[in-house]
Amino acid sequence: MNVAVTLDEIRPDALPIASEAGPPPKRIVVAYGFWIFLLSDIVMFSALFAAYAVLVRATAGGPTGAQLFNQGSVAIQTAFLLASSYACGLMSLAVGAQRRDRTYAFALVTFALGAAFLVLELREFAGMIASGAAPQRSAFLSAFFTLVGCHGLHVTAGLIWLSVMMVQVAVKGFRATVQRRLLCFALFWHTLDIIWVWLFTFVYLMGVLP
Amino acid sequence: MNLLGKLTWSAIPFDQPIVMGASGGVILGIGAVLAWVTLKGYVPYLWREWLTSVDHKRIGVMYLVLALLMLLRGFSDAIMMRTQQAVAAGDAQGYLPPEHYDQIFSAHGTIMIFFVGMPLVIGLMNFVVPLQLGIRDVAFPTLNSVSLWLTASGILLTNLSLAIGEFARTGWVAYPPLSELQFSPGVGVDYYLWSLQISGIGTLLTGINFVTTILKMRAPGMGYRRMPVFCWTALASNLMIVAVFPVLTATFAMLLLDRYLGFHFFTIDAGGNAMMYVNLFWVWGHPEVYILALPAYGIFSEVSATFSGKPLFGYRSMVAATMAICILSMLVWLHHFFTMGASANVNAVFGIASMIIGVPTGVKVFNWMFTMYGGRVRFEVPVLWTIGFMVTFVFGGLTGVLLAVPPVDWQVHNSLFLVAHFHHVIIPSVVFGVFAGIIYWFPKAFGFKLEDRWGRRAFWCWFIGFHLAFMPLYVVGLMGMTRRLQHYDVLSWQPWLLVAEAGAVLIFVGIACQVMSLVVSIRGREALRDVTGDPWNGRTLEWSTASPPPAWNFAVLPRVTGLDGFWAAKQRAHATQGEPAQARAYAPIEMPKNSPIGFVNAFFAVVTGFALIWHIWWMAAVGLAGAFAALLVFAFRDEEEVEIPAVQIAQFEAQHAEVTP
Repeated sequence: MNVAVTLDEIRPDALPIASEAGPPPKRIVVAYGFWIFLLSDIVMFSALFAAYAVLVRATAGGPTGAQLFNQGSVAIQTAFLLASSYACGLMSLAVGAQRRDRTYAFALVTFALGAAFLVLELREFAGMIASGAAPQRSAFLSAFFTLVGCHGLHVTAGLIWLSVMMVQVAVKGFRATVQRRLLCFALFWHTLDIIWVWLFTFVYLMGVLP
Repeated sequence: MNLLGKLTWSAIPFDQPIVMGASGGVILGIGAVLAWVTLKGYVPYLWREWLTSVDHKRIGVMYLVLALLMLLRGFSDAIMMRTQQAVAAGDAQGYLPPEHYDQIFSAHGTIMIFFVGMPLVIGLMNFVVPLQLGIRDVAFPTLNSVSLWLTASGILLTNLSLAIGEFARTGWVAYPPLSELQFSPGVGVDYYLWSLQISGIGTLLTGINFVTTILKMRAPGMGYRRMPVFCWTALASNLMIVAVFPVLTATFAMLLLDRYLGFHFFTIDAGGNAMMYVNLFWVWGHPEVYILALPAYGIFSEVSATFSGKPLFGYRSMVAATMAICILSMLVWLHHFFTMGASANVNAVFGIASMIIGVPTGVKVFNWMFTMYGGRVRFEVPVLWTIGFMVTFVFGGLTGVLLAVPPVDWQVHNSLFLVAHFHHVIIPSVVFGVFAGIIYWFPKAFGFKLEDRWGRRAFWCWFIGFHLAFMPLYVVGLMGMTRRLQHYDVLSWQPWLLVAEAGAVLIFVGIACQVMSLVVSIRGREALRDVTGDPWNGRTLEWSTASPPPAWNFAVLPRVTGLDGFWAAKQRAHATQGEPAQARAYAPIEMPKNSPIGFVNAFFAVVTGFALIWHIWWMAAVGLAGAFAALLVFAFRDEEEVEIPAVQIAQFEAQHAEVTP
């Protein structure tokens, strides 16, 4: 993006002490605030992770993770989500270059891959519930569905957000507010990746350890 | 399918005269205010200038008004409980049936922490922090309005439970398994959970907003080492909000899933773990104490420095102590349940960590004392509250160190000794602190001081009433009286509880004095007018602008060259007296545009919350869709800012002769 260009414009001798420089441009303030929000979201997930860790063995005679998890499907889900993030990165570049056609194209890829991830996740959930492994079965399953489902809800919210943003690009063009919101969306989408990597590791990989 | 879910006429407790009387009074009161506002034609003004305002100063004032109203509600609950315990000994059963008494102590705790303490400190932070930082508003002004109104939604839902349905009977902590559907099948716990979820989102957004504001939006030259101590404490408090409120949200979400969808997080069957709730709750709950207390410590710092005419003693140690408490507060949650059954080593670690918090707190107390030492202390009302706080709080803190010793804690766990302790620390720090802050910043907000005599009377009634009300509770606690008793058989407790009742009555007189103080001050405001903008000979930037400040706060962003920026500027002005003032050129200022999104969003939040509490699913869907639609309309608006022309700024500045150079 154009961060490097902006940095080049500042003369090194004109740099004040960072903490005394006064309010920065709005784009930086917005992104900074959104980072803080993402951190708080990660804290919320950490509480759900903690609950999962406490309850993972509390299967109450019901199925365990090793019996339920399908590594193959989860691997494909992971691939979809990471690829979606990559497409989102390409979309950010297109937004930076103010190219509408590319923005739409990469947004479409981002959306499609995210939606495919969700479809696979819902299929996994439906299969588990059909086989009697519903969240009401045991504390372990309650924690599992809540943790993974919360991530899924975030992905859903992200898809809705992305759709609204594309309408905004179409109606309002690349004005400053739209660009800032797209920047926040990109941060959000990448964060969901980070959380998924933890989920994949702690829930799905460690879940099938003997 | 029932269109109104669980809601029927039987939800309104017609058979309980106390409840009906109270809710009737509240409805009449609100109705009277609404009628008066409408008849006087104030509605358009209120809507334009207040309800849709995104000005941090007005939002702060609205937070404080909400909080002070809820303080009255929380206090009525308190005095009802005190009266019940004063009479319900031996054969006497008192006047409150157990199911009502249980709701009262739950509502008292919930309201006092979430809807009095939080909006009080958030209100003051809203008003003061941007002014002290020398900027024109918070980082996200519209989000700030959304936060305010989400808090108001939670407050409204909690108070609705008075008239429609019931409130939780579980205590303000709502521990499972008691709060699970199996043992609390009514809507009480749902009122508790949804009110706090909705207002909790508002609080989290406030936290994000203020962390960003304080870390990113300071006036040019205001480095971290030049930030007023109140801003440092606000930073610590908001960092904690961001760090722990999401945990509360997750915890309540789990309990909601248990109650609504039959999950098994905290149930007694299928592997649920109730102690996990208790742990998660206090991971939020202990930092919450400091979220409330640290800004109050900031107020005491400002007040003691200003009224002693000296810089704060040990500024850097004060900042270090604040940040140390911010971190330590997250490492002690287990001391709320030493009796859980963790090993002795675990309890020892948390006991020692709890005692260590006493060290930075002690540093603060010494700093305040050394600030006053050798200063010319002006004994204005805020100073009375500050000294009253120091005297009281030291003893409250000492009983806290006692409770941090696990074997001692085992003896007095859940007794009135504990109740006495936490009131002994929270009331002096948060309540006294906020009162000091309100009196201190009142002239800045409204342009006139609060008069003196009723303020002093209020202080003495509160101060003496507080000790009368809570010291006896230590005694009955040590005698073995557990908390939350609706009735007791041990007659030797009764004299102590009668003394406590007298204390509560005296506090009531103190509150009446405060109301009088407000009335008298508003009537005599011309005599109390502050035209200088600096009524106390202040040190920080908020005193450099007019009282009340214009919407844009500062015509030109101040340049900060040191700590206590305004004080230094005044010294320089003295030194250069007589030099002709320079004419100043003003540039137009972009200010954020008012927006109804906060209010509208809160309306839909109340609809959704109410629908979820009563299982009215279609209405919940309507509420969520409405909130989403409102957000869309907001996201597609064209103008986000209004420009204030330079002429208008120059006019305002000419009317308010500036004190700053």
